[in-house]
Amino acid sequence: MRPVSGERKTRKRPLSGTGFAPFIIRRLLTSIILVFGVTFIAFSITQLVPGDPVAANLGQSAYSDPEIVAAFEKEFGLDQPVPVQYYKYVTNLLQGDLGVSLSSKRPVAEDLKEYFPATLEIALIAVLLALVVGLLLGIISAVTRDRLADQIIRVFSLTGVSMPAFWTALTAFYIFFFVLGWAPGTGRLEPGGEAPPTVTGLFTIDALIAGDFSTFRQAFSYLLLPAVVLAIYAIGVLTRFTRASMLEILGNDYVRAARAKGLPEFTVIRRHVLRPALLSIITVAGVAFSSLLAGSVLVENVFSWPGLGQYAYRAAVGLDLPGIMGVSMVVATVYITMNLIVDILYRIIDPQMKDSA
Amino acid sequence: MNLLTVENLTVTLATGSGDAQAVRNLSFNVGHGEILGIAGESGSGKTMTALSMLGLLPYKGKASGSIKFDGREILASTKREYRDIRGKEIAMIFQDPMTSLHPMLTVEVQLTEHLRHHRKVSKAAARNSALELLATVKIPEPASALSAHPSQFSGGMRQRIAIAMALACEPKLLIADEPTTALDVTVQAGILKLLHQLRKDRNLSVMVITHDLGVLSSLTDRIMIMYAGSEVESGATSDLLQNPRHPYTKGLIAALPGNSEVNSKNLLSIDGMPPELGNFPSGCAFHTRCKFAKASCKETVPEVLNLSSDHRIFCPVNPFSELSNSGSK
Amino acid sequence: MSAILKKFKRSKSANSIWRQPLAVVGIVIILTWTILAVFAPWIAPYDPNAQDADKFLTPSAQHWMGTDELNRDIWSRIIYGARISLPYSLLLVFLSATLGSIIGAISGYAGGKVDSFLMRVTDVFFAFPGIVLAMAVAAALGPQIRNAVIAVTIVAWPVYARLVRGLILNAKQNDYVTASALLGSSALRTMVVDLRPNLSGPVFVLASLEVGNALLLLSGLSFLGLGAQPPAAEWGSMVSMGAVNFDRWWVGLFPGLAILTAVLAFNFIGDSLRDALDPRTAKALRD
Ligand SMILES: Nc1ncnc2c1ncn2[C@@H]1O[C@H](COP(=O)(O)OP(=O)(O)OP(=O)(O)O)[C@@H](O)[C@H]1O
Ligand code: SF4
Ligand SMILES: [Mg+2]
Repeated sequence: MRPVSGERKTRKRPLSGTGFAPFIIRRLLTSIILVFGVTFIAFSITQLVPGDPVAANLGQSAYSDPEIVAAFEKEFGLDQPVPVQYYKYVTNLLQGDLGVSLSSKRPVAEDLKEYFPATLEIALIAVLLALVVGLLLGIISAVTRDRLADQIIRVFSLTGVSMPAFWTALTAFYIFFFVLGWAPGTGRLEPGGEAPPTVTGLFTIDALIAGDFSTFRQAFSYLLLPAVVLAIYAIGVLTRFTRASMLEILGNDYVRAARAKGLPEFTVIRRHVLRPALLSIITVAGVAFSSLLAGSVLVENVFSWPGLGQYAYRAAVGLDLPGIMGVSMVVATVYITMNLIVDILYRIIDPQMKDSA
Repeated sequence: MNLLTVENLTVTLATGSGDAQAVRNLSFNVGHGEILGIAGESGSGKTMTALSMLGLLPYKGKASGSIKFDGREILASTKREYRDIRGKEIAMIFQDPMTSLHPMLTVEVQLTEHLRHHRKVSKAAARNSALELLATVKIPEPASALSAHPSQFSGGMRQRIAIAMALACEPKLLIADEPTTALDVTVQAGILKLLHQLRKDRNLSVMVITHDLGVLSSLTDRIMIMYAGSEVESGATSDLLQNPRHPYTKGLIAALPGNSEVNSKNLLSIDGMPPELGNFPSGCAFHTRCKFAKASCKETVPEVLNLSSDHRIFCPVNPFSELSNSGSK
Repeated sequence: MSAILKKFKRSKSANSIWRQPLAVVGIVIILTWTILAVFAPWIAPYDPNAQDADKFLTPSAQHWMGTDELNRDIWSRIIYGARISLPYSLLLVFLSATLGSIIGAISGYAGGKVDSFLMRVTDVFFAFPGIVLAMAVAAALGPQIRNAVIAVTIVAWPVYARLVRGLILNAKQNDYVTASALLGSSALRTMVVDLRPNLSGPVFVLASLEVGNALLLLSGLSFLGLGAQPPAAEWGSMVSMGAVNFDRWWVGLFPGLAILTAVLAFNFIGDSLRDALDPRTAKALRD
């Protein structure tokens, strides 16, 4: 387009311009800084508050033996000054070494490799469920604004975000396991059940890869209830957010302009409202996903689900700094990566909307 | 017969502090091929008046009165009936070309979607009409413009695209809400010329909204001045601009740059701010700022005062009825 | 004067939240819990810690919600539980709102390097799995409801900081701040006198939206054994008793319902307050 008089702004399409690569590099750098920020803050806060990891990890009698205590401190580097500990932690981290867990006495990286996929499996299902249901309800709610359907959905979604997850888990378990007998018990597989050969760590996927359908069915039946419970909060969040962003976009001039053309309401919603709304919904879905990882602490506790949440709980109670840092970093990395992906998607899908967003 | 006859239009909006009338008892008409200008300060209800024609008032907004278009009452239309009017019979260009085009849809989609819906034409035919439309509104390189997004155009070009969109289904009435306000002067002139041309070529009726009296004088046949949701004066353009009779209109025109109107600058200047929706003063809403106000102005809503067959004011005091009076006291 | 506050006030009086059914339901529920909490000794049918009934009695006329493992009356314990959950969630919100507002105000007002540093820190906290940090802090400080409040405060302030910073940046563009800066007001004075009215409305609404979350987190920590300790009648730890004895459905069900109703009520109120705000501020609150 030639510049015309009265030019207000000109903007190049994203990928053809020079702006895209620097943008990604900039964002990547900030992401890395953020991850280190997370380690720093986790480290500082856990150091600032009083608490004795030695006492938390050694039994009573061992703790009263100064020799054992000294050996324990030496083994985990707790005898060093704090800045040295942090320096060591970070230099090790740069080599991919997350340290050794005080509570499990195993390398944290190995622990995470074991526990993270379990949580990922339920979180993925939960987020998918939440996306489908939340979007649908949110759209219906916005379109029927203030009418009966909207009122019902609003109460429903507010209830979703108001339910204490641990209680929901308990109640669901009682009903579907104890009363109805539909759900299998706790854990990822039946007692003595054999996990499929590890590829991804997600039992359902690994079972499919191994072609083992009975294990697949079993793994799936075990994860369904925790996943649904986990999804409830996310459904509430997404429904509310979808409704809000739809309503916001419905108030835009360009929607009024679309209506002024006499288009059917369905077309207006689908073509003119939903598209821009989806952009902002993607953002929330990304954030919701990482909050699911963290939210799994309470749900996993009830279902004895051997995931990141359980691990985090044990690490926290044991004042197991490397463990806590490991979990924090996994969740933070997922959060940061999600944001990064969303930002990039934003730029690709829609170079124009950035000003208004 | 007039193309559009509006009688006693009242628009009620929901505001933070309850319902409020943004448009009050408005009556006007637009003839075939006529250009009516509606002017008034910000918040005087111009846009709400325009939106009422299309049944597009904001959420919880209600219109009452009567709007006859082409002989039919359209105010009480069903959603379906409105959809057949919008875009096809009455088209609208919105106030801000920067926000009224969809940022994520190509110009082609936005130019052709209603054409295809209303006229059921093929994609190729719609594309051809779109090319013609872009040429009509003088967009350079129409073919490449079609596949572009609105953000790739300047404000003036966007406004032209918006006009093309409005013209796509050959409406009988075009409502242009401040078609030039957001643009700079040279671009303005081009848009005005374009609207003139369209009226001549297509016998289009136009309702143009503005708070720029300069636009009115060069474009319109007749003018209606609004204040706080009501008409204060209307008449043929030249008559009204040269011989304004309502204190408000008089003041507006006196305030025009380069206008060394009469002797009484002080009397004509309008002080203070326009009233806010929900706080419109009683009686003649202008009485809080009017230098000619009498006690009764506060109480009674002014009746229409016909000065001639085509010039009326809503001011019983009529302070400029004898020119010798003006400026005294 | 501050447009935001005016809107807020006007919407509070004229577009009163009493006209919003959900808000009314929420207010009634919270009032009920407040009355129960304040007059617990007179309302509760039994001593919350008395172990004189039988263990695991099913709900009946004597024990509306049954008894728990230690022979205590669950309904009485729930009534007393309101004395812990409600005030501590409010305290938690007050603390994190104050902390966050101060950080956000400094950031927004100072601008430049201070601003970008503080906002990076805020970003880090956003990236942080709040509950993990809260668990660690609570565990380190020792399991006590007071420590749980401190722990959650440490992770809950960033939302306020972001909001307040944004509002200040907006307000900074307004004339009156520039004017008062020109007149030589001190930074502190400008912040406190000129800006505070602008901020209090949105911060209050955000806080009201966060009370529910605070209650959820606090009772979650108690559920995990990192908050209130037995024998205190705290809703979250009462649910954890139900988790151990999950076949006695009433043990966990009723305390959980207590949490649900209180959180829901706070959310009803917060949501209605936000809707009464003008759209721009409401959007700032959502993001
Ligand atoms: N969605 C809405 N809800 C409530 N009130 C509104 C809404 N939109 C506009 N208003 C108010 O209605 C009144 C009339 O608005 P309108 O847009 O018709 O004014 P206008 O004459 O077009 O002004 P401008 O020159 O600024 O466009 C204004 O006070 C405005 O604040
Ligand atoms: S009616 Fe009275 S207040 Fe209104 S314009 Fe006329 S003189 Fe002024
Ligand atoms: Mg307008």
